[in-house]
Amino acid sequence: MLTDWLHALLEPLANLIGLSPTLLDLLLEAAGETLLMVGGAALIAVVVGLPLALLLLATSPEGLAPNRAVNRPLGLVVNAVRSTPFIILMVAIVPFTRLVAGTSIGTGAATVPLAIAATAFIARLFETALREVDRGVVEAARAMGATRLQILRKVVVPEALPGLVAAVTVTLVSLVGYSAMAGAVGGGGLGDLGIRFGYQRFMPEVMATVVVVLILFVQALQSLGDWLTRRLSHR
Amino acid sequence: MTSSPAEAGAAIRLAGLRRRFATGTVALDDVSLAVAPGEIFGIVGRSGAGKSTLIRTVNLLERPDSGTVEVLGQDMLALDDAGLRAARRGIGMVFQHFNLLSSRTVAANIAFPLEVAGLPRAERERRVAELLPLVGLAEKRDNYPAQLSGGQKQRVGIARALASRPRVLLCDEATSALDPETTADILRLIRDLRDRLDLTVLLITHEMAVVKAICDRVAVMEAGRVIEQGRVFDVFTRPQAATTRAFVAEVIGHAVPPGTVARLPEPGPGEARRLLQVLFAGPSSTRSVVSEASRRFDLDLNIVSGRIDEIGGEPFGIMALAAYGPAERIEAATGWMRGLGLDVTPLSPEAMATVQEAA
Repeated sequence: MLTDWLHALLEPLANLIGLSPTLLDLLLEAAGETLLMVGGAALIAVVVGLPLALLLLATSPEGLAPNRAVNRPLGLVVNAVRSTPFIILMVAIVPFTRLVAGTSIGTGAATVPLAIAATAFIARLFETALREVDRGVVEAARAMGATRLQILRKVVVPEALPGLVAAVTVTLVSLVGYSAMAGAVGGGGLGDLGIRFGYQRFMPEVMATVVVVLILFVQALQSLGDWLTRRLSHR
Repeated sequence: MTSSPAEAGAAIRLAGLRRRFATGTVALDDVSLAVAPGEIFGIVGRSGAGKSTLIRTVNLLERPDSGTVEVLGQDMLALDDAGLRAARRGIGMVFQHFNLLSSRTVAANIAFPLEVAGLPRAERERRVAELLPLVGLAEKRDNYPAQLSGGQKQRVGIARALASRPRVLLCDEATSALDPETTADILRLIRDLRDRLDLTVLLITHEMAVVKAICDRVAVMEAGRVIEQGRVFDVFTRPQAATTRAFVAEVIGHAVPPGTVARLPEPGPGEARRLLQVLFAGPSSTRSVVSEASRRFDLDLNIVSGRIDEIGGEPFGIMALAAYGPAERIEAATGWMRGLGLDVTPLSPEAMATVQEAA
């Protein structure tokens, strides 16, 4: 339905740059796949990454509940995921992907490694944003008899919110880039379309369109994120 | 543990506190003090003297290595986590940098301790509505801290500290980030609230002016120890330790500028010249000591500088006198003045020496 409507809307534009209706359909389909992979992975990354970041922060030596036994291994895993090239991570965790997604091929299957990479990525960004919260404010909350959980929920997270939103923006933008590699496991998406048609079939107009769409996509994400960060900041 | 009768009913009683940081710094070295209910007790010291650590041990933001911490009769160190949190709700704290939540409005900041304590929304709102006018911020309730001046931020900090109706208020350099005028405002507010709400206030500061303005008693800290404590009037008028004297001098400065000394007339033949600092405290401050001494001992007494001040409603005066006359009569006059209960000290003898050499 939405694709039909978009197709109708964009057809004159596609004609203008010599893109056939078939290719336009492929492009729309690929854009949908990218959105799905990026959106799904980001959602999982935020949901898993925030508690992970809070845990990393709280168990750090100067945190609310210092605990080396938790902090060190957790930090190690996060770093390991972050330092593994995404293309390698994607194939390395195929058994896990199959376990979770039921298959190792397709858009859904590509979302699994994307979500894992994004979670590790965003956890560090979140941790940094949370660490920025004024220690004095945390101390004030302690002096008022707040529990550690209350401090995290009512002080640290709300105070860091603008920074957290900025971290989500950066992660989304990075995910758009990562998702281009999803073609390796048949995940589709805009990047995959660009490679298969633009590069392998020598169709520069497809490549150019893909690149322009991606640029617009990233621009939109960044602007939205910046606007939201400003809205939330009362400093 | 021995405790005097006065200490028995103390609102805050600290005894034998010791704290050494991992870095090796001794922040507290056997500190003991008792704050009586309803009094404003000041702790003054330079940065690094340990006063910040001391005030933070009262609500156990900092745990002492040894010693006792009692607040309102409660042994703080004996409490478990939940008990400590409950006790902390009965101790308000105000901070140098205000430590407000930038993401919350004024009203929501003040409501924070109530929210933490689990009060229902309606009660929180009622309490905030009471507190806002108390600190003069009724029309700022929906502003964010970033939109407030320093003084207004501290008013929010004070309202927040008082939200859960504490009996004890800790002020951690509460006015150190404020300009002199705002400082005076905030200090007046603290004293006012103490009177109205029957609070016990423990404050730390590096400014003796703060102590002079609102404290009843004061302790002077240096290198983790309390080197002097007593009624503010006594400490100001009769400081014992060198550090205390330096602190006192900041507020009731009585150093005579060298230029002034240089311009003093030379002593005549057979005369001596002495520069004396005379401190009047209590009832004798109203007597015209200078003219009487002049007559009685036939001396010329020049008032080089002088001021009359009040500490805690008690008058005191401080002046620098240049005395001209035979040395032994100056000595006699000095003794006579001391006999009246005045504090007489020879002032800056080095300055005098240089002047005499030049002559």
